[in-house]
Amino acid sequence: MLQANALAGERAGQRLFSDISFQLHSGDLLHVSGSNGSGKTTLLRMLCGLTLPSAGSIFWQQNTIDNHRDEFNAELLYIGHRHGMHSDLNALENLQLSVQQPANRARIFAALENVGLGQHLEKPLRLLSQGQQRRVALARLLLESRALWILDEPLAALDVDAVEWFSQCLARHLKEGGMAVVTTHQTASFISHVSINVELG
Amino acid sequence: MTIFSSWQRVLKRELLLAYRQRNDIITPLIFFIIVISLFPLGVGPEAETLRIIAPGVIWVAALLATLLSLPRLFSNELHDGTLEQLLLTPQPASILVFAKITAHWLTTGLPLVLISPLLALSLDMSSTALIYTLLTLLLGTPILSLIGAIGAALTLGLRGGGVLLALLILPLYIPVLIFASGAIIAASNGFSAEGHLSLIGAYLILTLVFAPWVASYALRVSLD
Repeated sequence: MLQANALAGERAGQRLFSDISFQLHSGDLLHVSGSNGSGKTTLLRMLCGLTLPSAGSIFWQQNTIDNHRDEFNAELLYIGHRHGMHSDLNALENLQLSVQQPANRARIFAALENVGLGQHLEKPLRLLSQGQQRRVALARLLLESRALWILDEPLAALDVDAVEWFSQCLARHLKEGGMAVVTTHQTASFISHVSINVELG
Repeated sequence: MTIFSSWQRVLKRELLLAYRQRNDIITPLIFFIIVISLFPLGVGPEAETLRIIAPGVIWVAALLATLLSLPRLFSNELHDGTLEQLLLTPQPASILVFAKITAHWLTTGLPLVLISPLLALSLDMSSTALIYTLLTLLLGTPILSLIGAIGAALTLGLRGGGVLLALLILPLYIPVLIFASGAIIAASNGFSAEGHLSLIGAYLILTLVFAPWVASYALRVSLD
């Protein structure tokens, strides 16, 4: 269970949001909405432990995330605005060297095939389009089994097919008892699964 | 995943990246060679003068070459988001930062050590001085990478970070410079260099223990 108590965030001395509280249980999807600059990314980074909240606290299974960082990180999968992939390495190398669960070539190949990148395995990432790079990053969702997904604009630059693929992937994750925190400006079918909505700004 | 295997994996990734970006990697080495080979042209070719200034010249060039390589230690990772991912892995961040420092030394410090005998000969160093140059570089360049990582982490993402980095780091490099060139001078004059080498060794152990931990903490602060 992920629990937030009276979170407040600021950027450059300016208060972005305050008094955000929620409890996320197994199978729940939290959707963070708000206009540009309302602090969605700040809130998501806070939930990962990358940014310290200016007030309030975050608990993962009754423990604060600061004190049990390694246990929390083992359950967390974060994909931010930046893909978190090296542009000079190809898709296969990136995934092989970033996925925590021991993943063999065949498994990674299957995941990339699944996201529709089967024929671009050997190309360095910088030669792929934005949407294709995002697909490689999202392939991690298939390769790692983590309870909590925190995804910042996962649909940015994705085409219709990939959005549909992502919606199904997220629905499966929630059905298997996972939790997810997602921001998006696009309309996608996974919106129907949203159990908690946090409106910022 | 054990701590050692996660260290190994980050090291492997860093070396693969270094190989892909090898044009960036050789810049400090070329700089090192150019600076040292300019000295005989500047101060004149008298072997006597060159022999006296050689230890200092080689070590100053090594400090500056390392300094040149530091800004790119974390900056690419900051921009593609892999640094965030590094801090979000279930292993202690200091181990992964230590792997990055190891890779930095293997791609920046070690080449300097390997090329130094050639440059030492061009400055007309005696064989004893040459051996001690190798020895002090081998002990000292890891310190440069370790302390440099702290500075690179602290100045990450700052404008004009390069100057600030030099101001932060050079004072901490000075003990290495003093003891290393001191060791070479002592040995080539027939005295024991043991004291100097022991002090460099002690400094290396101290930085090995603390630098990865401090650098990973600094990264957390820089990414906040």
